Amino acid sequence: MLLLVEQCLNGLQFGLLLFLLAAGLTLVFGIMDLVNLAHGSLYMMGAYFAATFVAWTGNFFAGAFLALAATLLLGIVLEMLALRPLYGRDHLDHVLGTFGLILFFNELVRLVWGPAGLSLPVPSALNTAVDIFGIYYPAYRLLIILVSLLVALFLYVVVMRTRLGMLIRAGASNREMAGALGVDIKLLFTLVFALGAALAGLAGLMHAPILTVQIGMGENILILAFVVIVIGGIGSIRGAFVAAVFVGVVDTLGRAFLPDLLRLALSSTAASTLAPALSSMLIYLLMAIVLALRPQGLFPVAGR
Amino acid sequence: MRAALDVRAPFVVIVVAGLALLPVYTAASGDQFVLTLFTRIVILAIAATSLNLILGYGGMVSFGHAAYLGIGGYAVGILAAEGVGSGFVQWPVALAVSGLFALVVGALSLRTRGVYFIMITLAFAQMVYYVAAGLDRYGGDDGLTIYSRSRFAGLINLSDHTQFYYLCLALLLASIAFTWRLINSRFGMVICGSRSNDRRMQAIGFPTFRYRLAAFVIAGTWCGLAGALLANHTEFVSPAMMYWTRSGDLIVMVVFGGMGSLFGPLFGAISLLVLEEGLSRVTEYWQIILGPMLLLIVLFARGGIDGLIGRLRHG
Repeated sequence: MLLLVEQCLNGLQFGLLLFLLAAGLTLVFGIMDLVNLAHGSLYMMGAYFAATFVAWTGNFFAGAFLALAATLLLGIVLEMLALRPLYGRDHLDHVLGTFGLILFFNELVRLVWGPAGLSLPVPSALNTAVDIFGIYYPAYRLLIILVSLLVALFLYVVVMRTRLGMLIRAGASNREMAGALGVDIKLLFTLVFALGAALAGLAGLMHAPILTVQIGMGENILILAFVVIVIGGIGSIRGAFVAAVFVGVVDTLGRAFLPDLLRLALSSTAASTLAPALSSMLIYLLMAIVLALRPQGLFPVAGR
Repeated sequence: MRAALDVRAPFVVIVVAGLALLPVYTAASGDQFVLTLFTRIVILAIAATSLNLILGYGGMVSFGHAAYLGIGGYAVGILAAEGVGSGFVQWPVALAVSGLFALVVGALSLRTRGVYFIMITLAFAQMVYYVAAGLDRYGGDDGLTIYSRSRFAGLINLSDHTQFYYLCLALLLASIAFTWRLINSRFGMVICGSRSNDRRMQAIGFPTFRYRLAAFVIAGTWCGLAGALLANHTEFVSPAMMYWTRSGDLIVMVVFGGMGSLFGPLFGAISLLVLEEGLSRVTEYWQIILGPMLLLIVLFARGGIDGLIGRLRHG
């Protein structure tokens, strides 16, 4: 029972990180109509920046802040140099162009930081366990949950309650009309992309201490973020939130408990052969079911 | 508007003749490396040709085409590991399983459009990748060595590199001819029409979903064949052969060569792999050049190599 609650918390934590990534992706797609495969590279760069700056400053939070700023800047530069010419092209061009960017970033990281992974220690102040109703849960993971929830709340307020958010929503529902009404679409696009980059960077730097910082780390999680967006409905931040938490919990629980559940039904050798394959299939099966029932995702954006 | 096979075009003739004469060169020079490289190129060109059918002609941006390479390869690998060495069993199974998977993925993903389709095909391909990585009995992450190539008793000896190369080349030419026949048929017209305007095709009474699904399954099945060839070529299968970057490579080949042109995928496969080979000799970090190059090609060289040749010929 304790294990179940702990794994649920782990799932929540993973799901919220996925949300940070998926929110940026869905914003960029919803507003700019840009398929950005290089979003995972920004996540990876966030983690590498964090590992470097934390080692450099000797303080986790100062390093994390610098890494966030660096990813944001990188996002702006990337948007202006590489992605701007891609607007208005078809999706295939986006896929190819940003696929090229992934190759570039992976190789750049290999060139600068070397092929071996880096590790970023959990900040010592947070390297303890917190007692939540009798369950000892790592403080750092709890911090991830809290920060992600705060960011989700911040996103909600920005998008639903501010003038910038109004412009973002206007741009999402009808780009041409928003432009015709005098919204500086170019600036809006840069801002949205920078926001997405910062969210990806934040996910990367927060995730870094609990896994190895390595080349290609962005790609696996990017595909999960795609699954989240497909389930949630493209362009919907609310959908991304619900789907991300759902995917995070299902994936984590599946990996933790599926082997034991299978062992109840099957012989133990059959279960241990089947379990790893099946538990990694779980969220894709989930996606297939959602697609079969609702091809536009759980929270389709109206007018699309 | 009949798409010409156009084998009379000098460029195509030179390339195909060059490919046909390659083993003569290797036999004379003893340079086995070129034959190995070009066998690989020809096999991937088959895969790219199959992708071209749905991507170039049908406008379906499938980002999961490498999954069929993997499924075809694993069908051969797993059967070989279980003691079934006959190609008469292995290859039909490879085709059937790939086709079945394409049927399931297509039935789900073709209900959606645009970016959904890209993400879904990518996600399902990645699912197969993880399943293969989880198959501990068949090597898991490390992959599976195939100790003997598929046996076609009395017909052809795949262990002979030259015979194997010619088989691959013949299958490539067959797949190009097949694509040509297909796109000039009524079926192909519907596929192309649905790329330009799906709603109009439906309005004049074509159940385009079924046509597109059929094309998707044909492409997947045919790519499974390329997978079976690739497994025989490398005598090894691993999840890496269907990692999503491989799907990206296949798209690059199609676009490089020129979408919706019959010989385009072949040109694309040759240029991408030769370019990779060349760049990797210049620097270990060759992808740092290839990446931005892709972006520039997307931005400035639409129509690919085939388009370029067309422009040269027509001034």
